Amino acid sequence: MNKEEFKKTALGGLINNPVFVLVLGMCPTIAKSDNIINALSLGLCTAFVLIFSNVIISLLRKAIPDKVHLPAYIVIIASLVTLVQMFVSSFLPDLNDSIGAFISLITVNCIILGRAEAFAGKNKVLPSLIDGVSMGLGFIAAITLLGAVRQLLTIIFGSGFFDKTMGGFIVLGLVMAVFNAIFASVKEKQRKKTVLIEREVA
Amino acid sequence: MIMDYFLAIISIVISGILTNNVVLNQSIGMCPFLGVSKKTQSAIGMGLAVTFVITVASCVCWIIYTFILDPLSIGYLSTVAFILVIASLVQLLDIALKKMSPTLYSSLGVYLALITTNCAVLGTANSVISQGLDFFQTLITGLAIGIGFTVALILMAGIREKQELYDVPKPFRGFPIALVTAGIMAMAFYGFSGLSFT
Repeated sequence: MNKEEFKKTALGGLINNPVFVLVLGMCPTIAKSDNIINALSLGLCTAFVLIFSNVIISLLRKAIPDKVHLPAYIVIIASLVTLVQMFVSSFLPDLNDSIGAFISLITVNCIILGRAEAFAGKNKVLPSLIDGVSMGLGFIAAITLLGAVRQLLTIIFGSGFFDKTMGGFIVLGLVMAVFNAIFASVKEKQRKKTVLIEREVA
Repeated sequence: MIMDYFLAIISIVISGILTNNVVLNQSIGMCPFLGVSKKTQSAIGMGLAVTFVITVASCVCWIIYTFILDPLSIGYLSTVAFILVIASLVQLLDIALKKMSPTLYSSLGVYLALITTNCAVLGTANSVISQGLDFFQTLITGLAIGIGFTVALILMAGIREKQELYDVPKPFRGFPIALVTAGIMAMAFYGFSGLSFT
């Protein structure tokens, strides 16, 4: 793995942010970003499953026959989720009350199966680990940002809108639009730069 | 006694379709809701496919949990068992649709396989088990949630078909405007939460 590849993989969580760019794993992102604690803890659980599923799947990528690779991936992910579920329900009962239902739904979070299919099933262990960490951090950052914005808005405007599902939809839409605008302006700047350089060369 | 049971069934139906709509009130099952809601025709097909999978999957999961996992006290394996049931059901549906309706099959595309990872299916199976419903109630819950999902999907598709004609600000094009639309729809559906049959 050379430096260029490492950089590309490690920045994957930012450039290909699972929530804002790939638009994967929307259900937990909207449902459990109602306050910052729920958001951060669900983000951590998801990142844990993502990192370990990436590592295990890339270790087993030669042993899993191609025809049954999807069921095999799902079973690996589901077993990891069961581990997290057991841990949370026995050590963190309060957290289990607030995000318990969504921990079992990590199994069907598209980010995890998506990374397994697109990356871990084709790459060696170390790149898969880096990809998992980067994507996991990207997801934690996105969901925690949303949680923070929604909690702030709830404090300002009172509860009843921004801590409900409808507020989640609207805040995510607005934040996504802001990100789109930022990405577009960055791209525009880069384009102008290359045009200037081309002119100078000419 | 029978009256109580009947009322419980009615409240399951109302809550599944309106007051506790799976997409707009619980934000479960967002991927197909945002992905397949561009055309009304494929939205209807997707809604029916998901309704079928949710209903059959929650019934099969209920049977497996009640007669296998619970007696052997290995309830903690439920996530693994349920996801296997759902994945095989979707595979079956895939084969059946390919044979019976190739046009619908091609319009659903990759989202058909993605029903496996639709949170609404696993979420319903889990919630049915955790509420301790009986078999008939499970069947009705599955149907009601599926219909609620279909209603939300078709409404959304209708709105997005109209939206194509309007000049949306550039950063909002695509998913952001769809999310804001969904938020406004969710507000409307939140109005139903005053309905109560218990």
